[in-house]
Amino acid sequence: MALISLTGIDKFYGTYHALRGIDLDIAEGEFFSLLGPSGCGKTTLLRTIAGFEHPENGVLTIDGQNMKGVGPNRRPTNLVFQNYAIFPHLTVAENVGFGLRRSPLSRADKTKAVAEALAMAGLDGYGPRAAHALSGGQRQRVALARALILKPKVLLLDEPLSALDRKLREQMQTELRRLQRQVGITFILVTHDQEEALIMSDRIAVMFDGRIAQLDTPEGLYLRPNSRAVGEFIGLMNLLPGMLRPEDGRLLADIPGLGAIPLPPDLVAHGAAPGPATFGLRPESLSLMSPGGALPTGQFVDGTVTERTYYGDMTYYEVALDGAPDPVTCSMKNLVSRPVLERGARTRLAWEPGALILFPDG
Amino acid sequence: MKGAGLRVYTALYLVFLYLPIVLLPIFAFNDSTVIAFPLGGFTTGWFAELAAVEALHAAVLTSVKIAVITALVSTLLGICAARAAARYRFPGKSGILGLIMLPLVLPEIIVAVSLLVVFLQIGLPLSALTVILGHVLICTPFAIAILNPAFQSLDVSLEEAAVDLGETAWGTFRLIVLPLVMPGVISSLLIAFTISMDEFIIAFFLSGSDATLPVYLWGQFRFPQRLPVVMALGSILVLLSVLLLVLAELARRRGARRRGALDTGGFL
Repeated sequence: MALISLTGIDKFYGTYHALRGIDLDIAEGEFFSLLGPSGCGKTTLLRTIAGFEHPENGVLTIDGQNMKGVGPNRRPTNLVFQNYAIFPHLTVAENVGFGLRRSPLSRADKTKAVAEALAMAGLDGYGPRAAHALSGGQRQRVALARALILKPKVLLLDEPLSALDRKLREQMQTELRRLQRQVGITFILVTHDQEEALIMSDRIAVMFDGRIAQLDTPEGLYLRPNSRAVGEFIGLMNLLPGMLRPEDGRLLADIPGLGAIPLPPDLVAHGAAPGPATFGLRPESLSLMSPGGALPTGQFVDGTVTERTYYGDMTYYEVALDGAPDPVTCSMKNLVSRPVLERGARTRLAWEPGALILFPDG
Repeated sequence: MKGAGLRVYTALYLVFLYLPIVLLPIFAFNDSTVIAFPLGGFTTGWFAELAAVEALHAAVLTSVKIAVITALVSTLLGICAARAAARYRFPGKSGILGLIMLPLVLPEIIVAVSLLVVFLQIGLPLSALTVILGHVLICTPFAIAILNPAFQSLDVSLEEAAVDLGETAWGTFRLIVLPLVMPGVISSLLIAFTISMDEFIIAFFLSGSDATLPVYLWGQFRFPQRLPVVMALGSILVLLSVLLLVLAELARRRGARRRGALDTGGFL
């Protein structure tokens, strides 16, 4: 049974429709992400679960209990705020122990619980420090310890890593994931960073314009986006205009630059119909070969390198395919044995028809 | 020398501003009833005489009583107004706030006469109570002006975090909001107290038989021989006023530092 269940949630700000009929079930122990560009309603949805926003329509239940009229202070949820909301006039230990003020625990037990929470967040010995003197990463740890000390059924995280620099963010991503497995409670993360969502989540809901556009596992979202918008939002995607036409009782995908190929079987099952269509192909599904090189598998096309971008571990090439209207991007791992192609070089691209993604037009 | 003109101007300005105040203690210790140079001998007799005047003691007591109640009431009203201005949106908000701030710029004599008319019309006898009402009216804008930045700079998510961690609305106000705006509250109390203690015009019109200290002093000017005593009293008042304002500013700075906030300059 779902731990959190949202049915038909609508939220308006005046005439602005911030959440449009959200239906969502989140399981116990799941690491769930709400992913989308700013203004898509993901934070509003999180704050609705926390109890700070009150939807005009719909039902929200947590652990089977209807949450209508239940304030944030009486919900089994705790929220890690984007700016961490550390109480500046209290010490680290007072911040972490704040939620225990109303608990029936003895003073000694509370002190012990605070020490445990600090240890879990990697803040051993920080208890007596003044909270306002902490660094960004430390503040985030305090916010986590403070929210987890109440052992909520759900921990809500509102873009908790966006204020950290890249190195620290990557470290905290791993650590959050470890922490979630360790405590075993449901985490709901709001983020606009698709990479972060892919790295951390069991499942992701991609939101656009107050709606859930796609709800899937990270692999599902990356490999089988259900719309152009989702495909473009997650990772890099080459979008190739083409046609689907029937021939000999099966569908052919006719893509300028790539040629006409039989539609892969799983795309046929997708409900493809003849007519204009857009095809998606990830950069890593295209690979460079030297012109005239032997081809073990798949198909190949020829083209000219128009741009080269070096990323250290990878190089991204933009290649104008012969007969194609727009250049495609392909990514190559940088191996010592692999020669670097300069702009203007002729090249041959191998590609996997099985990696083709179909977006029906309209 | 560069900027010499500006230095001279600054010096002259400060002399103009503070010379009259410096004269107070000089004549307070002068052994003559005539307020003029050359000075006579040194005496602390005027201060001793201060201690013996019954009416003066009553006036001081009335003033302190009025000032304390005024400070408490206007700060409480200021907290409510600043909180509402920072957190809630309601129709006519800026208009209402403007109206509350109006006594700050209205001539005090107009305010005093208007209040006198109102109190006489509704049959409220003139007393310390009517002075308190008048002083609350003029001190509340100052309280709001001091408290508003404190409430504005308070992050909403701090309150939300406290509620999220299980606190009630009142608990959140007591444990989070109040400690964080406390320096502003202290400044507001001290400044309202000082304004009320010094205020003359409203007190003159509304005090009835409960003369406040400034009203009592005004009455003493009819007796030239009592002027040195007034000088002695004035010296003490100046000293106390400066002390209170310094305390208010220290409280504000300490608060800003404790919150790790940038000191954006306070009321002073």
